[in-house]
Amino acid sequence: MIRAWLRSWLFLPAAIGMAGLLWWAYRALPQVGDSRSLYGDYIATNAVGERHATDTVNAVTYDYRGIDTLGEEFILFASVIGVLLLFRRQPGHPADTSEAHEDEQIEETIPPTDTIRVTMQGMVAVMVVFGMYIASHGQLTPGGGFQGGVILATAALVVYLGGRVDTFKRAVSHPLTEIAEALGAGGYALIGASAFIVGAAFLTNWLPLGQTGQLISSGTILLISLAVGLEVTGGFALLMHAYLEEVIKQEGGE
Amino acid sequence: MGHFMYGVAAWVFLWGLYGIVSSRNLVHQCVSLAILQTSTYVLLLGIGYRTGGTAPVFADIPVGTLVVDPIVQSLMLTDVVVEVTVLALLIAMVVKANELAGTVDPEELRVLTG
Repeated sequence: MIRAWLRSWLFLPAAIGMAGLLWWAYRALPQVGDSRSLYGDYIATNAVGERHATDTVNAVTYDYRGIDTLGEEFILFASVIGVLLLFRRQPGHPADTSEAHEDEQIEETIPPTDTIRVTMQGMVAVMVVFGMYIASHGQLTPGGGFQGGVILATAALVVYLGGRVDTFKRAVSHPLTEIAEALGAGGYALIGASAFIVGAAFLTNWLPLGQTGQLISSGTILLISLAVGLEVTGGFALLMHAYLEEVIKQEGGE
Repeated sequence: MGHFMYGVAAWVFLWGLYGIVSSRNLVHQCVSLAILQTSTYVLLLGIGYRTGGTAPVFADIPVGTLVVDPIVQSLMLTDVVVEVTVLALLIAMVVKANELAGTVDPEELRVLTG
């Protein structure tokens, strides 16, 4: 108790010092609204002509800064793997429960009302279409793989919210989400490596760029965006699987 | 707007830090970390903003229009998704800590056990 109190009081001078340093650093930055970034200017003027992608944010994410996004995608991948690793079933562990116990638990769950179920079914269809639209139009309008993937994963969550754990398990197949996750992560790296075919450097946008404003355009940006969409959908759905398993295990263990 | 937005970023950052330092619950600590990270969004938006600039999407505006910096937006975009998954990993660790030690109070997590 005294330790927490002491820690809070030690934090006070540290926070004041930190605030002073931040103030010092931020004062040297240009005023909000006045920023002039050479790279930002370059992208804003040239990205559309060079990459035939009208959304310059995604041109940066999936092309100019593609190798960073690859790294960030693997942070996502590693986090999901970490969660799966932590929640894996260990034989002999006190929290380990048998399959029979799990079925029992599902039987006991109160079924959702018809209102919730019908609303959910309507919402899921719209969300899946919208998620695919956002994921595939990233090169044209705001959106892309990350956003579309999150919307698709939310659709999977709505299945659970409106249904039951077994509905979720039937609708969102566990092996399929694993395959999506792996394909997404591997696909990104492979699209990057495919530039070697034409003798270009890793992640070079070597495919035909197409006509600006068309759905099939911007070369590898579209493909990478779709791979990221797959990865994010799979990763988030896997997280949901892991947490739902854990909830069943905890409730069953009591 | 001057430097006001940077002040907001520093304010959010320090409150997040305070939450982490003073926390008596690991879940609360994870949420504090998430709040601390949102300060980076405010900072990046402040750095990239341009008075009168619009979104850097040229689907319906001609190239050459004054837009905000697309690079910091790209940085934020990936940051958001990574934050959520890292948070999921941290919460998984909290669940495991609770299972093994029977507490989510960082003060009581003192002994390393295998």
